[in-house]
Amino acid sequence: MDLNLVLAGEAGQGLKTLEALVGKALFRAGFNIFSNKDYMSRVRGGHNFMSIRFGDRPLQAPRQEIDILVALNDESIEKHQHKVSEDGFILYDGKFDDDRFIDIYASEMAKRINPKAKNSVYAGAVWKLLDLPIAILNDLIGEKFADDDIVYDNHQLLEVGYNAIDDEKYIDYNKSFLDGKDNQEIYINGNQAVGLGAAAAGVKFYSAYPMTPSTGILNFLAQNQKDFGIAVEQAEDEIGAINMALGASYSGVRAMTGSSGGGFSLMVEALGYAGVGEIPLVVAEVQRPGPATGLPTRTGQADLLFAINASQDEFPLIVLAPTDQEDAFYQSFRAFNLADKYQLPVIILSDQFLADSSKNIPEYKLDNLEIKRNFVDSDKVSPKSYRRYHFTEDGISPRAYPGQLADNVVLVDSHEHDENGFVTEDIELRNKMMIKRFKKLDKFIAEDRLEPEYIGPEEPDNLIVCWGSTAGPLKEALEIIQKRDENIGLLIFKDIWPLPVEKLKSLSNLAGKIISIESNFSGQLAKLIQQETTIKVDYKILKYDGRPFAAKELAERYFNEVINHG
Amino acid sequence: MAKTDIYEADRDTTWCPGCGNFPLRKALAEALAGLELKPENAAVITGIGQAAKLPHYFRTNGYNGLHGRALPPAVAAKLSNPELTVIAATGDGDGYGEGGNHLIHTIRRNPDIAHFVHNNQIYGLTKGQASPTTYPGIETEVQPEGVTSEPFNPISFAVGMGASFIARSFVGDRDHLVKMMQAAIRHKGYALLDILQPCVSFNKVNTYQWYSERVYQLEDDYDNTDINAAFKKSREWGDKIPIGIIYQQKKPVFRESFPHLSDSIDVDGPDKAKVKNLIDNFS
Ligand SMILES: Cc1ncc(C[n+]2csc(CCOP(=O)(O)OP(=O)(O)O)c2C)c(N)n1
Ligand code: SF4
Repeated sequence: MDLNLVLAGEAGQGLKTLEALVGKALFRAGFNIFSNKDYMSRVRGGHNFMSIRFGDRPLQAPRQEIDILVALNDESIEKHQHKVSEDGFILYDGKFDDDRFIDIYASEMAKRINPKAKNSVYAGAVWKLLDLPIAILNDLIGEKFADDDIVYDNHQLLEVGYNAIDDEKYIDYNKSFLDGKDNQEIYINGNQAVGLGAAAAGVKFYSAYPMTPSTGILNFLAQNQKDFGIAVEQAEDEIGAINMALGASYSGVRAMTGSSGGGFSLMVEALGYAGVGEIPLVVAEVQRPGPATGLPTRTGQADLLFAINASQDEFPLIVLAPTDQEDAFYQSFRAFNLADKYQLPVIILSDQFLADSSKNIPEYKLDNLEIKRNFVDSDKVSPKSYRRYHFTEDGISPRAYPGQLADNVVLVDSHEHDENGFVTEDIELRNKMMIKRFKKLDKFIAEDRLEPEYIGPEEPDNLIVCWGSTAGPLKEALEIIQKRDENIGLLIFKDIWPLPVEKLKSLSNLAGKIISIESNFSGQLAKLIQQETTIKVDYKILKYDGRPFAAKELAERYFNEVINHG
Repeated sequence: MAKTDIYEADRDTTWCPGCGNFPLRKALAEALAGLELKPENAAVITGIGQAAKLPHYFRTNGYNGLHGRALPPAVAAKLSNPELTVIAATGDGDGYGEGGNHLIHTIRRNPDIAHFVHNNQIYGLTKGQASPTTYPGIETEVQPEGVTSEPFNPISFAVGMGASFIARSFVGDRDHLVKMMQAAIRHKGYALLDILQPCVSFNKVNTYQWYSERVYQLEDDYDNTDINAAFKKSREWGDKIPIGIIYQQKKPVFRESFPHLSDSIDVDGPDKAKVKNLIDNFS
């Protein structure tokens, strides 16, 4: 079973609160959930919708067809009515000549009790359609509001909505699985997952300038800064944000900044400083489509080649592309250890689709997570001989923070420098420093880089490659595809730079084709694969309209564009 | 008084002979020695330019950053590591030009850092283009018809912003400069010290002699807590240039709005029970 509830209306109508309430309640009821937002770049008006898919098996992607539409205005009906299934329902304040419409008189009811709590009428009605116990919703309302009067009004309106639906309208589905589900799960979105990973890793400084869709990380860390002893600062601009983070890291704490494409563009000079100055730094780049300002609230994966090449000249950096809400936490935690161990910038390349969608996932396990800072041992290093950029076998120099070593100072520099951090133009030193810095990547490749996840038969005929958040929709699509094309495999890149190539090489000797599926115009992963391995991708399934892939859409495109035309 | 040679970096500089950065460096060593600040307890954080090379030629912790960007890392370093005495050193191009936006917001934050602007009214390192403080009419290779924009007045600007410490000094008056540096470092909050520093290679107008003929120390009865008087003083420039503390006030310091931060570098990170609690919000 797989149902799709869509809440639609304009910005300012309380959609977000309604989504948070109903999504979490469905999660608590025991469903598997995947919810995502489709919103416009405006604060009031416009057309926004949120879809909450729920069912008895894990869900990873949005779906087009709708089972329950909550339409908060007329436009929502125009836009979505045709997608509502024949036996679906449309909850709307008013009547239409269509059996699917149910008027629950939400405005009228709310006027009598509390107009601000109108959306609770809808929540109650949805609940009754699904024949679920109202206590779950009541409890959540109690957790959300501190004010007893507000809780009371909402409870009343929930009940009004609940009672407005008569019994024969119940949606028929198998409820037995709800009891069998184990509840060691959480329901979280991608931005929150990145923020949580950072908090768990002991981030002590986060500075950013608001930019959709990365702002959620800033919000999350700001709201938790007191508990975790984090300094969260809204910088004057992105240049300030990243340079602040560098100063904080230099001074000895774990530091991070975040933005989306445009803001990240402004940060790149300082990213290079983190590279040459060997200052650990974690940067979250939450992609949105478009050069310049583009499509602010939409999604895409078009910054891959930019991220790995950001800033002038060459320096080692690591780019991680989390695939979902579970991976995002662990990758974010790991990013800090990698930044500290290798003393370089680590970019977490997320996107709006991942950032703004919520999913139920296994609760994060903390047992195996260990914070590793990699400062010099003050007792072992002889202060007089300490050199910040000391040449070592593996390229990793002893790092100290200012004041850590008695009678010693730490000099970091943005120029090419000698072992002490002093500016140099010496040819030999320049070469040695370049080699030293890149040795760190060799070590990363040998010790820490993760090969992509592979799903499929040992010797696939066709192989799909993808990276980052496209993995979710593709995993679902794969199930559909495999029904007709059993011998297909899916390779999901999570560490994306330096590109891990071993698994791909071992799979690439196949009878059929390699297909890359990406949310960008030119197939950036395909280019990267060819650049790093000379393996040529045969087909690309690309999407760049700013909307996420749906599973069915992917399967259809696979058959239409690859199989039928291949 | 402590010895100044502990701050000597024992390196050749690339500054021109006679450059105003030399006496400035000497004054800084004397100022730190007088305050008994050990090299490992201070950090000089800079941008790019001749002035910004200071961390290479001076022995404290050092951070030679990016052009225009000295203030953000300085603010964050002090916030994260409050035991460190943080000095941001910039040129006038660095601090008032490319880094102008950071200047505005650093004043607003009022972090406990000292900001020394080596003001030579020209771009030195890039060989003599106009800076925001270059006089109108001055011809350079880039401004062959002469600079047309109004010069930036850092003192008026800072007074207008309500900065908590604003002073000016001159490298030709070392005792005064040392005193001003010490006052700026001691001040709890953002301390702007605009230092007149001749560039002997590119600025042929504002020379040692030119400054020496004009600077005078603020009168004993000057009240540097009176913002109106400060405004008036800040406009004084030309035949007579006042040096000294032009304005000073007590204001909350940036870090006070982060009472939850620990006082020393926390290497371990949060305990797992705390993280688990946060995770539980999502169940
Ligand atoms: C982003 C960037 N733009 C331009 C430069 C080139 N640049 C280096 S120093 C400098 C001007 C420095 O002038 P000022 O700050 O007045 O310092 P001075 O050299 O006079 O001490 C410029 C433009 C740079 N390093 N980085
Ligand atoms: S160019 Fe000017 S500022 Fe630079 S070192 Fe020479 S004299 Fe000093």
